[in-house]
Amino acid sequence: MLRNKWWKILSICLLVYTVTAGFLGKVPVKPILNEGIRNLYFHVAMWFAMMIFFITSAIYSIRHLRKGDLKSDNYAVEYARTGIVFGILGLVTGSIWARYTWGAFWSNDPKQLGAAIALLIYLAYFVLRNSVTDLDKRGRLGAVYNIFAFAMLFPTIWIIPRMVESLHPGGMGNPALDTKDIDSRMRMVFWLGAVPGWTLLGTWVTTLHIRLRTISDKKLANV
Amino acid sequence: MSKFLIKKLATLLVAFPVLITNAQDSLNEKRPEMADALRSNGKIYVVVAVLVVILLGLFFYLISLDRKISGLEK
Repeated sequence: MLRNKWWKILSICLLVYTVTAGFLGKVPVKPILNEGIRNLYFHVAMWFAMMIFFITSAIYSIRHLRKGDLKSDNYAVEYARTGIVFGILGLVTGSIWARYTWGAFWSNDPKQLGAAIALLIYLAYFVLRNSVTDLDKRGRLGAVYNIFAFAMLFPTIWIIPRMVESLHPGGMGNPALDTKDIDSRMRMVFWLGAVPGWTLLGTWVTTLHIRLRTISDKKLANV
Repeated sequence: MSKFLIKKLATLLVAFPVLITNAQDSLNEKRPEMADALRSNGKIYVVVAVLVVILLGLFFYLISLDRKISGLEK
């Protein structure tokens, strides 16, 4: 998987498709949103990619606790790191979009707050890891905390924002991405192009980080 | 056919296109503003081209990094 080529090529093709179809394709005509609706392919896709990276990271942390190997720990750390990068990109792009649709960069919307809290919890994962020098202890402590951080995603970004009123679509029990907001033309670019495309790109960068980490671990072992 | 009916038909024929254009105007007024001018001028293609170039440039950068790491592994 790490050194295979086909999915990297697939990622390039999907992203080129996302950018071209994302700008040239037809979208529903809506007041206030206007052409901004196309941000779905970029801003929303960041969050989907982030969730996939955090889920992957949690799975590797569970594996590390069961097996106690360094490899799973490396995978967990790097997937969490990429998840944070995508989350920060999601927050920044979201506040730019918010400025021109809701009038302010930050309006304490439940989804904005929830996402910010979730990211802070994940940042603490790195603070915790880097404060422990013992490798085994760092791995186990990090894995336990990472699973806790993942559990905190449920209330902060999946449950609470759906229960309260929000500027985002998907509040008050409505499903997000429902048929009133986007149509099949947009759904196609989003699910077929943007979500897998951005996710594969992030995975690519993550595998590079993992490989570098493996090289430096080997070097340390040899010294 | 009575003269009256012909007159009525004639007014309807004359009035019909006007009615249609009026209806279109009111539709246009209600229609939210999209980047139609940008697209009809062909300028959106410029933006797409620029983005594709940036994306491809980043991909080449990433591929070269990938190759370098592969070299380090050997």
